Amino acid sequence: MGRRGLAIIAAGLLAFAASGCTSQKTGSGDQPADGGRIKVGLVTKTDSNPYFVALRDSAKAEADRLGAELIALAGKFDGDNEGQVAAIENLVQQGAKTIMITPSNSTGILGAIKNARDRGVLVIALDTETEPKDAVDATFASDNTEAGRMQGTYVKAALAGKAPKVIMLDGTPGSTVSEQRHNGFLQGMGLKDGDPAILGVEATNGEQNKAQTATENLLQRDASITAVYTLNEPAARGAYGALQAKGIAGQVVIGSIDGSCQGVTDVKDGKVVATVMQFPKKMAAQGVQAAVEFGKSGKKPSGFVNTGVTVITDKPVAGIQSQDTAWGLQNCWG
Amino acid sequence: MSTIHERGFKERSEFILRTPAIGPAIALAVAVVVFSVTTDTFLNVDNLSLVVQQSLVIGTLALGQTLVILTGGIDLANAAIAVFATLLMARLTLESGMPGIVALLLGIVVAAAIGAVTGGIVTGFRLPPFIVTLGMLTIVTAVSRIYASGQSFPVTDDTLGFLGQKQYLFGQIEVTFGMVLMLVMYLGVWYALTRTAWGKHVYAVGNDPEAARLSGIHVRRSLLGVYLVAGVIYGIAAWQALGRVPNADPNAFQLGNLDSITAVVIGGTSLFGGRGSVIGTLIGALIVAVLRSGLTQAGIDNLYQDVATGVLVIAAVAVDRFSRGRQR
Amino acid sequence: MTPVLAAKGLVKRYGRVTAMDGADFDLRPGEVLAVVGDNGAGKSTLIKTLSGAVIPDEGEIHVNGERVHFHGPLDARRHGIETVYQDLALAQAQDIATNMFLGREKRRPGVLGAVFRLLDSKGMRAEARSVLDDLGINIKSMTQPVETLSGGQRQAVAVARAAAFGTRVVIMDEPTAALGVAESAKVLELIGRIRDRGLPVVLISHNMPHVFEIADRVHVHRLGRRVAVVSPGTHSMNEVVGLLTGALRMGEDGTIEEVGVTTGLNR
Repeated sequence: MGRRGLAIIAAGLLAFAASGCTSQKTGSGDQPADGGRIKVGLVTKTDSNPYFVALRDSAKAEADRLGAELIALAGKFDGDNEGQVAAIENLVQQGAKTIMITPSNSTGILGAIKNARDRGVLVIALDTETEPKDAVDATFASDNTEAGRMQGTYVKAALAGKAPKVIMLDGTPGSTVSEQRHNGFLQGMGLKDGDPAILGVEATNGEQNKAQTATENLLQRDASITAVYTLNEPAARGAYGALQAKGIAGQVVIGSIDGSCQGVTDVKDGKVVATVMQFPKKMAAQGVQAAVEFGKSGKKPSGFVNTGVTVITDKPVAGIQSQDTAWGLQNCWG
Repeated sequence: MSTIHERGFKERSEFILRTPAIGPAIALAVAVVVFSVTTDTFLNVDNLSLVVQQSLVIGTLALGQTLVILTGGIDLANAAIAVFATLLMARLTLESGMPGIVALLLGIVVAAAIGAVTGGIVTGFRLPPFIVTLGMLTIVTAVSRIYASGQSFPVTDDTLGFLGQKQYLFGQIEVTFGMVLMLVMYLGVWYALTRTAWGKHVYAVGNDPEAARLSGIHVRRSLLGVYLVAGVIYGIAAWQALGRVPNADPNAFQLGNLDSITAVVIGGTSLFGGRGSVIGTLIGALIVAVLRSGLTQAGIDNLYQDVATGVLVIAAVAVDRFSRGRQR
Repeated sequence: MTPVLAAKGLVKRYGRVTAMDGADFDLRPGEVLAVVGDNGAGKSTLIKTLSGAVIPDEGEIHVNGERVHFHGPLDARRHGIETVYQDLALAQAQDIATNMFLGREKRRPGVLGAVFRLLDSKGMRAEARSVLDDLGINIKSMTQPVETLSGGQRQAVAVARAAAFGTRVVIMDEPTAALGVAESAKVLELIGRIRDRGLPVVLISHNMPHVFEIADRVHVHRLGRRVAVVSPGTHSMNEVVGLLTGALRMGEDGTIEEVGVTTGLNR
């Protein structure tokens, strides 16, 4: 049984790996793909995270508006480099003129991108930069370090002189976005990794349940915290759940990043003091516009196009530009 | 002299063999003692209650997983089924205004139905459960994501959130209804496995399906029953999940299947089927939660926590192998 | 005298292989009938058919003169036919009492049994104990897992299970094949004791000395059918071996004749 069991397991894992990435084809599917329509590929990190769903939906809407065909693919999970590589290769095979990608790991997929560009495909990074930045033709993104820094700056101001005692809820270990936001937050707070003001750092994979468990355990160690850094809004909800159970939710400043509609609602409800909004719809729309322009005139976009970030809070502090939640709910995604 | 010693040893090892939960219980006790000594914050009523609350969802998933593993199978789809049930329950109350109790029961019925389909494929086509549940995992995860279309759904309904409600025993011990329910479920399944013919048949099928068939056991019916009951348990795990985190998220519990297998294995149940106990699984689930909590409070990095859990899994399987090798 | 268990013209094919080719069988009340045959002669298929584990393509089975149809082991059991399989069909990790009652557990009387399905563990242990005692099988504890027993003890448990529930026939497939000399002798003794209680036994065995020690009649199986039935009192071991290898054959009148070496070529 043992050896057969192993063989079965191996076969199963192969099957699992082979299913690599999931695809979703949008655009008016009934019509035959006539040569006139410009094919635009989109590769997101996953197809389940609401952030990427918003990005994809916005890209599709823009593509429909401009008469282009969008082929959306995704990795299976955040960090699925193989899945993204396979997706890029498939898009090149399908004759996409432009590939937009939210790279899972900045360095993991450069080879596939280079092959695509060598074949004359325009490659645009969305949301996350590649490293080096010029591995792609252009980047439409907001600066994640900047987003982290704004969260840090705001949280520091909101503490209003209270000593910072911070716990930090990171994303997936090794993820670029997680690191950039983490480092940006520390810059904004004026802290360094290892500072005694940081009472704990935990990986949450951006999951509410894990974030809640991590916060509960950190609170057991030291309940005197004054602020929580969260990588994203589900993590912020998890932190809030733990703080609320402990009866200290009101006394702790929770900051977050993303700008989903649920996240903005959490700010409105006072669960989270502020969230730094990003604009995935804007990134996607601008990316599709550039792709269509390239298809028509051959003109390539270049460089880093910053789609900006905005602090959303109902408790503005002096010196930091912010918008209230009413504005936030109009501009949120997901 | 020496024969007396040998005899004592033999009896003791037989006792351990017949009571598979003894090893895990010792490991749990050791972990609790170590963290109580090395941290100031681990050993207090609040924290211990918290550890139990943190183990509720995986603990419930692991209960169903134990049944499947006892028959010599494995269930990779359990967490995915539970997540789908959370989405159903939350979305139906939120958007269709369905009463919480109806949505809850509907979610459990759907989970049970998925379990029954799984069992039907396993028994009907005689396919390995690993492959069938791998397929189910992929299908149910995709269906969840299609159904959620990138959203997560906050839970506002009291019935759905009921298991998270806290009561205080003796004025200070925090107890949630979820904790009570998990205990009741474990007792119920323990009773069914050890005190009824149904349970004897589950063990016999896991031990040797052909021997079970020749002994007159309806092997297929027994297997089908196990997958169905497991499905119901996953549906209740969904309720537990909503009680703990009042938000149904298609991305939750992505590793819940492996976490539940971890709890089962640490609890001393054999992956080869036919040996093990649900009490062991309960202890296994608690061990994982205790490790996570204790190591966090000791200030040890997440990744080392995972290392510790992994070491325990391998140790548990090695003990299983060793103790059975000794018998032959 | 009506046979307790009889079969006529049994045929079973697996694809192009014919495992039984018109096999006949009959077992008389109170006897030990040995079934012997070379490897691949189809003994196993015959025995599985009689115990309900294999459904024949053609042929009839009769119990006490009445035609029956077995769709599974349970059907055969309902007719009082119990089988001890070569690999014993015991759940190794479960205890003796559980194995004795596997598939026909006893529940507690009243609400506990009817509603809560509570098993009468104590009653089953006591009953298992008394069955083993009756058959002179000496095992200490009924809660011992089967895998902790010796090969002979396991065999004894399986035989005891069959004897306890078999009301008409006990079939044993190679009960001594895996055992040493002393343990084999005990199992043969056990077979004798079962016969003494009036229960006929079908014994499948390769071991001629064992067969000649215990059997009342010997059914010789060859190439998927019965070629002879002889009595150990009137025939020798060598004759039985000759019959099952095809070197000898039994004529219409019951006399045994040699099969000429050249016959095959001349025809």
